[in-house]
Amino acid sequence: MDYAAVVVLEILYMIAFLALISAGLAVVFGMMRVINLAHGELVMLGGYATIASSKAGINIYVAMLIIAPIAVGLIGLVVERLIVRFLYGRMIDTMLATWGLSLLLIGLVTLIFGNSAVSVPAPIPGYQVGRYQMGGYNLFIIATSAILMFSMWLVLRYTRVGLIARGAMQGADVVAALGHNPKTIYMVTFTVGAALSGLAGGILAPLTGLLPSVGGSYIAKAFITVITGGAAVIAGTLSTAVVFGTVNQLVSFASTPVIGEIAMLALAMVLLRLMPQGVTGRFFRSST
Amino acid sequence: MTGSGFGVGRLRWHWFAAFAAALLLLPLVSETNTPTLLAIWALFALSLGLMWGYAGLLSFGHAAYFGLGAYTYAIASFNIGESTAPLLLALLVPALVAAIIGAMMFYGRISDVYLGVMTLVVTLILNRFMNATAGDAYRIGNARLGGFNGIPAFPTLNVPGDPGEQIYGTPYYYVVVICLLGAYLLARWILASSFGRALVGIRENELRMELIGYDVPALKTLIFSVSAAMAGLAGCLFANWAEIVTPSVFSLGQSAEVIIWVIVGGLGTLIGPMLGAAVLGSLKIALGSQTTVDNSLVLGAILILVVLLIPRGFAPALVAWRRRFASAQAHRRQARGTRRRHVVIRDADA
Repeated sequence: MDYAAVVVLEILYMIAFLALISAGLAVVFGMMRVINLAHGELVMLGGYATIASSKAGINIYVAMLIIAPIAVGLIGLVVERLIVRFLYGRMIDTMLATWGLSLLLIGLVTLIFGNSAVSVPAPIPGYQVGRYQMGGYNLFIIATSAILMFSMWLVLRYTRVGLIARGAMQGADVVAALGHNPKTIYMVTFTVGAALSGLAGGILAPLTGLLPSVGGSYIAKAFITVITGGAAVIAGTLSTAVVFGTVNQLVSFASTPVIGEIAMLALAMVLLRLMPQGVTGRFFRSST
Repeated sequence: MTGSGFGVGRLRWHWFAAFAAALLLLPLVSETNTPTLLAIWALFALSLGLMWGYAGLLSFGHAAYFGLGAYTYAIASFNIGESTAPLLLALLVPALVAAIIGAMMFYGRISDVYLGVMTLVVTLILNRFMNATAGDAYRIGNARLGGFNGIPAFPTLNVPGDPGEQIYGTPYYYVVVICLLGAYLLARWILASSFGRALVGIRENELRMELIGYDVPALKTLIFSVSAAMAGLAGCLFANWAEIVTPSVFSLGQSAEVIIWVIVGGLGTLIGPMLGAAVLGSLKIALGSQTTVDNSLVLGAILILVVLLIPRGFAPALVAWRRRFASAQAHRRQARGTRRRHVVIRDADA
């Protein structure tokens, strides 16, 4: 019984984790068809922003929930203005330029913070489930991830900004004809995407130690979750996060975490083979 | 994707001879350890350049086949001893794996970004798996996979038929250079054949090729497999150079680097990727020997600048500049000619 509870909690945690690290990438990919390979590094920067400001004496929650997204959002704005805006519509070139950016950011952070792991202690103590010791912070991650997904859905579904965003997603020229500047929309979208990545990095910072190269461990999972999810931002990310998170943890419990991850990756290949346009290319078509 | 003048290209024998002579005479003036590595990287870049530049298929995880070549050689040489069969296996295994994965992808009509994810995932799976193979349980014949630490001290390449006579140092450099030149000639031959021309056709307009009656998935699978064999050869040569294989041959960084070499050198050429690998490879080695500037900082900046400023890479840009220069000169010559004629006519009027 306890064991079942632990398994369920771990599955929920994995789903939340995947949704969290994919949110920023999904917004940018879903709305602009831009694949940002520097996404992992934006997450990493969010982590460093959190740790740096909490070392400077700021409350850890303020650091991760407010400072990290704002700082990384601003970095995203600069990146969009300097690099990405020249490359819209050229998918492969954007991928390569953002790959270059990812290397550049790793180099920069190594210069500034050094190549050794830094960490900050988790602000929530662990708790007991029967005989098992669980990390209390995981619950916080599950809750924030759920709130984040729900509020993204609310914004996209029920606000004017969300309406314009969905319009730009479906037909950029129609939105332009109605008087909204697509360039501004793209700029704002990229900034928001970066801020979401920063938020993810901030929230995950206490859980994992930070290295300049930590982005590499996020990008592959986020990439697979988003692309397999397809074009719909929230339905796509959530559906693949649920499938991948469940498979990863169930197989991990049955064998080893490595096999669990391999099972998740293999499943991604199978899903893409069966649904080349992503899950939401076939199911949940009218979703957000 | 590309304009006129960037078809398959052709082999200019005098350039090839000069290039080959320069490579073969290099040991007279320099040590051969670094040039060997650069030639191996050039071969790896050539394998991706052939597939990406001519058939338009970008593999985000070409390191998978490089690494498979390296691991296959290491495992087979432990079990067989004599190195000829392991060398051939290091070509065959990646080709076979690529054929299976390629057929799965191309018959499923998977293209661009989705192709990128698929190839990336294959590399990740191999990387994770090889990292987790520590301990006695994971062994193939006499070879222990060794997990994170990899496989050290396998028998290196020997003179065919004589396992005692190992090839290393300058002779090994010659082996690598001959493999590189051979692969280049093979690529040229492929591109000159009707198969190569069909590939360029697919790159330019896949639907049209399909409607003309070409079996597009089969052609794509074939070039993917050939490219993987070439990458496998590069991996096998790399294993012999380093005398150890570790899971880092499957890393994301390795896949990224080869893409950077190809795009900086020039997409749609064969010489571009090879030169890109050699130049950026030496830059990487030079940067690795100092500590003031971070290696990835410089590589990242180069990649961003190249994509923004010369998206087709150096080699095509240079060709275009030379052509523009030549046509500008021709124009000037022509203009001068007409002006003189005008003068003559006016003189006649007067």
